[in-house]
Amino acid sequence: MKVILRHPERREVAIEGRRRVGELLRELGLQPEAYLVIRGNRLLTRDAQLEDTDTVEIRPVISGGATRQER
Amino acid sequence: MRCTKCRSQEACLEVRRHNAAYCEGCFLDFFRDQVVRAIEHEKMFRRDDRVLVAVSGGKDSLALWDVLLDLGYEAAGLYIGLGIPGYSEPSREKCEAFARAHDARLIVVDLAEEYGLGIAETAQRTARAPCSACGLSKRYLFNKVALDHGYRVVATGHNLDDEAATLLGNLLHWQTGYLARQAPVLPEDDGLVKKVKPLYRLAERETAAYAVLRGIDYIVDECPMSRGAKSLLYKDLLNQLEAVSPGTKQSFLFGFLEKARPLFHEREAVELHPCERCGQPTTTPLCAFCRLREEVARPRRPRGRRHRRPASAPPGPPAPRPAERPVIPLIPVET
Repeated sequence: MKVILRHPERREVAIEGRRRVGELLRELGLQPEAYLVIRGNRLLTRDAQLEDTDTVEIRPVISGGATRQER
Repeated sequence: MRCTKCRSQEACLEVRRHNAAYCEGCFLDFFRDQVVRAIEHEKMFRRDDRVLVAVSGGKDSLALWDVLLDLGYEAAGLYIGLGIPGYSEPSREKCEAFARAHDARLIVVDLAEEYGLGIAETAQRTARAPCSACGLSKRYLFNKVALDHGYRVVATGHNLDDEAATLLGNLLHWQTGYLARQAPVLPEDDGLVKKVKPLYRLAERETAAYAVLRGIDYIVDECPMSRGAKSLLYKDLLNQLEAVSPGTKQSFLFGFLEKARPLFHEREAVELHPCERCGQPTTTPLCAFCRLREEVARPRRPRGRRHRRPASAPPGPPAPRPAERPVIPLIPVET
């Protein structure tokens, strides 16, 4: 399958073999809380099955910034 | 996985801290419910209030603007150009495109053009980290622009992860003043408009999911100035806890707001007066924003006389963490 990654730069990688979304994230060492997995325009849950022919995007959701909040 | 609410559709997102998984329609309902609950429970604003939404072009602020418009509020956007090369321009375009598509008002202020304080240059010329100069400038302008345009409420897109990470940072350094002021609502005060965070009940992953499901075109790439920011480290640590124990971030933040913050609040009352230069409220003779402008305008000292951050700020990207190293071979795809 083709996997589009965006951390920190956008790149595409090929991964062989079908597997579930949770397995893919685990194998890539990615925190499930910090990413969305998108196939087409649909969001996928951890148990969704990915096929060899799929293209999926793993999109980071965490953004940084100042930790202090004052008035 | 089936939606735990309607039980008929395939789920698209798990919300583990609620032991739930939602389909698209039920998730959007959940998201709106959480925003309404925040607005009403915390008395953020009323149905007839005009709200100024601080927008950056990112998922959180555009999701906030979208949900407020969708709920029927009169919400205008405020975009502050930060002068970050390669980032500010596309961010502004996202906000302008959103405003056009929703026929909503967008106020644009350019920090570099109007105040001579582009963040990249400010970070180079002062001892401040870019995120600190950015945060200070935005807080100042949120208040000033809101007052100038007759808005009594400014809404920001801070989410549950932002608030939990800020809380962790403030606790680690026992920043009691900041702890006293960390809340979903900062009430109107002498010269200060009300500031509210209607997304504080929603995790960062949920605001991103909302933006994707609503077709919001937001800037996905992270601000280049925030690479290596402490907030990212704190969020990563909290997400490690969350993975093992869902609900940790929420109980950490909500527990603080309910049980601990009032104790800090009582001890940290401050007196405000107008800044001698700009008239904006401050606790010092010159407000922090005017001091920053003064510092940037000051002739630079010769190099080597004072230890400071290298002039080549921003800091480079952090080294990859072990957890992020791929453990299976990645073969580049020809494109």
